Amino acid sequence: MPSIMETINIILDGLPTLLKGMGVTIEVTVISLILAMVIGLVLGVFSITKSKVLRMISTVFVDIIRGTPLLVQILFIYFGLPSVIDISLTAFSAGVIAITVNAAAYLVEIFRAGINSIDKGQMEAGRSLGFSYGQTMRLIILPQAIRRMIPAFVNQFIVSIKDTSLLSAIGLAELTLSGQSIYAANFHAFEILFAVGVLYFVIIYSLTLLSRWLERRLDVA
Amino acid sequence: MKMIEVNHLKKSFGKLEVLKDINMNVNEQEVVCVIGPSGSGKSTLLRCMNLLEEPTAGDIFIEGDKLTDSKTNINELRQRLGMVFQQFNLFPHMTVMENITLGPKRLKGKSQSEAKKIGTQLLEKVGLVDKGDVYPDKLSGGQKQRVAMARALAMEPHIMLFDEPTSALDPEMVGEVLQVMQNLAEEGMTMTIVTHEMGFAKEVADRVIFMDEGFIVEQGTPAELFDNPQNERTQAFLSKVL
Ligand SMILES: Nc1ncnc2c1ncn2[C@@H]1O[C@H](COP(=O)(O)OP(=O)(O)O)[C@@H](O)[C@H]1O
Ligand SMILES: [Mg+2]
Repeated sequence: MPSIMETINIILDGLPTLLKGMGVTIEVTVISLILAMVIGLVLGVFSITKSKVLRMISTVFVDIIRGTPLLVQILFIYFGLPSVIDISLTAFSAGVIAITVNAAAYLVEIFRAGINSIDKGQMEAGRSLGFSYGQTMRLIILPQAIRRMIPAFVNQFIVSIKDTSLLSAIGLAELTLSGQSIYAANFHAFEILFAVGVLYFVIIYSLTLLSRWLERRLDVA
Repeated sequence: MKMIEVNHLKKSFGKLEVLKDINMNVNEQEVVCVIGPSGSGKSTLLRCMNLLEEPTAGDIFIEGDKLTDSKTNINELRQRLGMVFQQFNLFPHMTVMENITLGPKRLKGKSQSEAKKIGTQLLEKVGLVDKGDVYPDKLSGGQKQRVAMARALAMEPHIMLFDEPTSALDPEMVGEVLQVMQNLAEEGMTMTIVTHEMGFAKEVADRVIFMDEGFIVEQGTPAELFDNPQNERTQAFLSKVL
């Protein structure tokens, strides 16, 4: 059993590398989630329109992404795609694409359920005043729906943060891989992985607190 | 001038034919009440008039514009048709004032202060001038429905459509809503009202339409329809509700 002081020193030595990895984790997550929100919203609205084609696009996307493991998607985007089409992706962009696409597929369902949870009289009231479908969505339906979706959003955000650890498989120096690279050199897996865990917890717990605050603030009507 | 003209309107939901050859008009400043048993197609008829339901066959003209023509700008046309729902359908995330001013601001390009002036006038009209900053969930049913009327009126519609505006209300609140509607009728608003309030129809309507099983069975002045109904189905219905 190593002494407390030893443990602290091992962690402090690794900390700069770990914080850098944490930065990459946060960066990938934030970029991916912003993109995923946009795609999720668009495909979520597709999934409830009258157009069969749009509904189909949304369904196919969701089914494919949800029906395959994330690790396979990550490897496919990073190693698979460049072998057939002429693109070269950095591990960072491949990671962003994979996390975005994956989170989007789950957000589609969240948007769809959230929008469907709003009484259809709201759409009718908006339309009968003379608002277009899009205006009614934007001004009346979404502001109500998004409030209800916040807990589900946060849940997905947390899942996505954890999912980024799989990007270590394509050599992206995010938090998990940074940890691995440290204990591969100093053999202190226990201390370093403990620190990695704490840093993930810090990110996720801050997000949880933020969402609780947001829910309280938006809790009107 | 005919404000609403309905010609050979049919509407089916799947195999269920709900409206079977409806023909009717509403003239300028006329108040028409539609009565009939539940499930007879009254709501569907009203909802076809602003295209919340798509007619299966037939034509509807609003102030001469063909509603059922795909070239008609439905959003512009709906601004001329105010609609009041049984369930109010106020926007719960907005204050009463925001509910009323949303349309004028976003659709008619009114400034915040112009819109607010319109909103205040309308709240005065419906007797809720002190409720502007309140959210709908703090209002009683009768107050909600009066706000819903103010919201519809804020678009300066030429015609108002009401679908059982008092059916979701506690009995003691029915009067305040009917009073606002009566005032509106006296100001000369063209109105089509689906209602179970026979007393109101008798007093305020220029014409009463009795519907049953997707048909207009009989129509006439309140005196004709209520005091001397010709059709047995009308007689049977009235004997139950009066
Ligand atoms: N969206 C719908 N889908 C299927 N059936 C409907 C729909 N709306 C109304 N109906 C049916 O149409 C008939 C007439 O309904 P409605 O117009 O609401 O009657 P009323 O307002 O006179 O009570 C009823 O049998 C009702 O179940
Ligand atoms: Mg009805």
